[in-house]
Amino acid sequence: MTTANKSLPKGKTVINNQEKEYENLTRRRVMGVIFLLAAAVIWAVFVRDLDPNILTVFNMAPGGAVVDVADWIIKPYPVMSVLAFISAALGAYQLARGFHHRTNLVLGLVAAIFVFSFLSWAAAGKSLNIVGLITTSLVKAVPLTLGALSGILCERSGVVNIGIEGMMLVGAFTGALVGSLTNIWVGLLAAVASGALLGLFLAVLSIKYKTNQIISGTVINILGTGLTSFFSAKFLQKYQELNNPGRFPTWNIPGLSKIPVVGPIFFSHNIFVYATFIFIIVLTVALFYTRWGLRLRSVGEHPKAADTLGINVNRTRYMAVTLGGMMSGFAGAYFTLGSVGRFDEVMTAGRGFIGLAAMIFGNWHPVGSFFAGTLFGFADSLASKLSILNVPIPSEFLLMAPYVVTMVVLAGVVGSSHAPAAEGVPYEKE
Amino acid sequence: MSEATAKETKQNAFQVFWEELSKSSLTLTILAIFTGLLLGGVLVALTTEEVYTTFRTSPWQAIQTGVRAAWNTYVALFTGSLGSPSKIVDAIQGGDPAAIRRAFNPFFESLVQSTPYIFGGLAVALGFRVGLFNIGAEGQIFIGAITSVTAGIFLRGLPAIIHVPLALLAGAAGGAMWGFVPGWLKAKTGGHEVINTIMMNYIAFRLSEYLLNNFLKDPDKFVPISAPIQESARLPRFFAAPIRFHMGFFVALGMAWVVYWLLFKTTWGFELRTVGSNPHAARYAGMNIVRNTVLGMSLSGALAGLAGANEVLGVNYNLAVAFSSGYGFDSIALALLGKSHPLGVVLAALLFGFLRNGAVQMQLRAGIPIDIISILQALILAFIAAPAIIRTIYRLKTPDVADEEVTIRSWGGQ
Repeated sequence: MTTANKSLPKGKTVINNQEKEYENLTRRRVMGVIFLLAAAVIWAVFVRDLDPNILTVFNMAPGGAVVDVADWIIKPYPVMSVLAFISAALGAYQLARGFHHRTNLVLGLVAAIFVFSFLSWAAAGKSLNIVGLITTSLVKAVPLTLGALSGILCERSGVVNIGIEGMMLVGAFTGALVGSLTNIWVGLLAAVASGALLGLFLAVLSIKYKTNQIISGTVINILGTGLTSFFSAKFLQKYQELNNPGRFPTWNIPGLSKIPVVGPIFFSHNIFVYATFIFIIVLTVALFYTRWGLRLRSVGEHPKAADTLGINVNRTRYMAVTLGGMMSGFAGAYFTLGSVGRFDEVMTAGRGFIGLAAMIFGNWHPVGSFFAGTLFGFADSLASKLSILNVPIPSEFLLMAPYVVTMVVLAGVVGSSHAPAAEGVPYEKE
Repeated sequence: MSEATAKETKQNAFQVFWEELSKSSLTLTILAIFTGLLLGGVLVALTTEEVYTTFRTSPWQAIQTGVRAAWNTYVALFTGSLGSPSKIVDAIQGGDPAAIRRAFNPFFESLVQSTPYIFGGLAVALGFRVGLFNIGAEGQIFIGAITSVTAGIFLRGLPAIIHVPLALLAGAAGGAMWGFVPGWLKAKTGGHEVINTIMMNYIAFRLSEYLLNNFLKDPDKFVPISAPIQESARLPRFFAAPIRFHMGFFVALGMAWVVYWLLFKTTWGFELRTVGSNPHAARYAGMNIVRNTVLGMSLSGALAGLAGANEVLGVNYNLAVAFSSGYGFDSIALALLGKSHPLGVVLAALLFGFLRNGAVQMQLRAGIPIDIISILQALILAFIAAPAIIRTIYRLKTPDVADEEVTIRSWGGQ
């Protein structure tokens, strides 16, 4: 590890050169081919065999909505033909001239066109509740985004946290137990506190004992799974009253929740969804526009420079990792207090890891990881919707899609992601 | 002067021995395991309800109750994993072959449980040596199981001597394929293998769900489970029921030797280890980083794939959803425990296998949830990874040269 530490700058430049080359030569063509491919799939798979006069109905009000909105009806054949043409044109332009720094924007547009065409095709002759779909995507994105925020806090300060999953589980368990014993708010606080404790544990292992941080994270994952399953099997199953914390009710924001379409999507949830939005904003501002955030990031990028300027590197890291743990504990509480209303063994089902992927996907930025989390949530809710619509694509493949997309993103096709430079390296004062 | 030094050394021979002992990593490992088991016992005592009911009347009795609970738990654990001595003696005196087999069964069952751990631990350990953290052993185990069960079901009319190795090879190839992708991505694009192998895990789970509901599904069953494999693809068992001890255990030991030989006795292995411990030196020496990274990850995947194949061909004879139950993740802990050395991995795998098998009995007899095994594993892993904790508790000396078996880097860069 020390050798890797010393030769860090050299390795960095090598990678950067590779990336630059990659961007200049291959990336433009790859993008162009992707756009053309999207157009081809829209035309060949979705449009060609469709009856030109068939209709697709998009319901714009979710079940039990406060306000009624008229359905949006389209004729998929002509609409999708136009969309396929646009996508092909964008691909041709990309290959011929290239969009350069706007490439990702165009990629987003093509992706949106593709998803919309897919939905129009899947729901052709039937109806699809598109507002309900977006709402569930958002709700499913909540634990993923919170997990990613936890990772961002830790990793921006230079400590890798792959223990998010374990922290979430412990938070979920503590929330359920304490919530049942007292009330739901105390349960939430206890979940956050348990997360802080595990964060501190990770910090002590990684900072004080200089353990390999990926291994400390693995310890937390195994420990979190073991402890919660152990106590759940030993006590919660025997005394059911210890596992009945209740749930936070849906809170319709007065006025705003009455807005058609936007209201049910954003303003008719429980506190976890609102808290996620608040955390995203607060963290973005704090990390990138305050002295506190600058210090935290400098510790993660170049601890020696930060130290020279009088910033206490290890104390900053302790603080950041503990805060990250609290965020994971809060994310865990979502499962028991915000969603299910009881604790089940291993109920997070790998969402901590997906949160980690969302963090990387979102380039260690709160807003980016929210969009990444929403993408994962979207694939998840779409999979359940499609099985109702009888689409000939197996839901398993749709559920695979976000993982494949993450790998593609990580491979630098969409643009290189930049991790904090000093991540995973314990700081030693010389 | 030299005489005086020699005299001094002689005088302190015991002290020197003690010092060496306290510096050795074996002492550290044993103390880590011991401390983990001790803390596990404390946890059992603290979660025994009787302790609290008796505490009001007499605290001393409460402590006794707690210690007894912990003791009973570990007795159940060890008789569950090794067999009960009294039962073995009785069975041998009785002379009934079936009873003897039943008495020895716990021991052999522990070996059966250890086998996938050996493969999985070797997979992760080989990755560590090449500087790669293969957190995706779980997914590779699934893919290995899928490919080997496919070979086991659909290849017909082959003699066992060809069919069994072919099915094993299919498992290894499947795992290798699942390891190749993140290895290639790491080498070519720098995408960190931890995230990529986690993603590959989920893709593998979904793929196995899909295949078990369609292509591989046993048409006679309602649950997603594959048809049984051909008789000729089964790894031979050595004893009659209920002992499930099979050939796979020796295949695993053989693979441990192969990994040892490859890593430490061949040029290939030297290159793999150099790339792992110092990629810049390796590059400077003209070694091909890309090839070695891809090779290392594929080999690691192949070993994990064998773990899946072993379970399918030796134990279950078919494939069910979620059959692996965390072998891949436990393998990380035991590779570290075994210091990423094949021999260490085999010993650690035996420990984990015995713990896991004993835990089943422990749950039945002492009412302690099987999940305590995960807690023990996490504690032991923490102590192994942070040896300073153990050194502080037992006042051990710090070794002069730190031996670094694990050379994985975070995704920040090289």
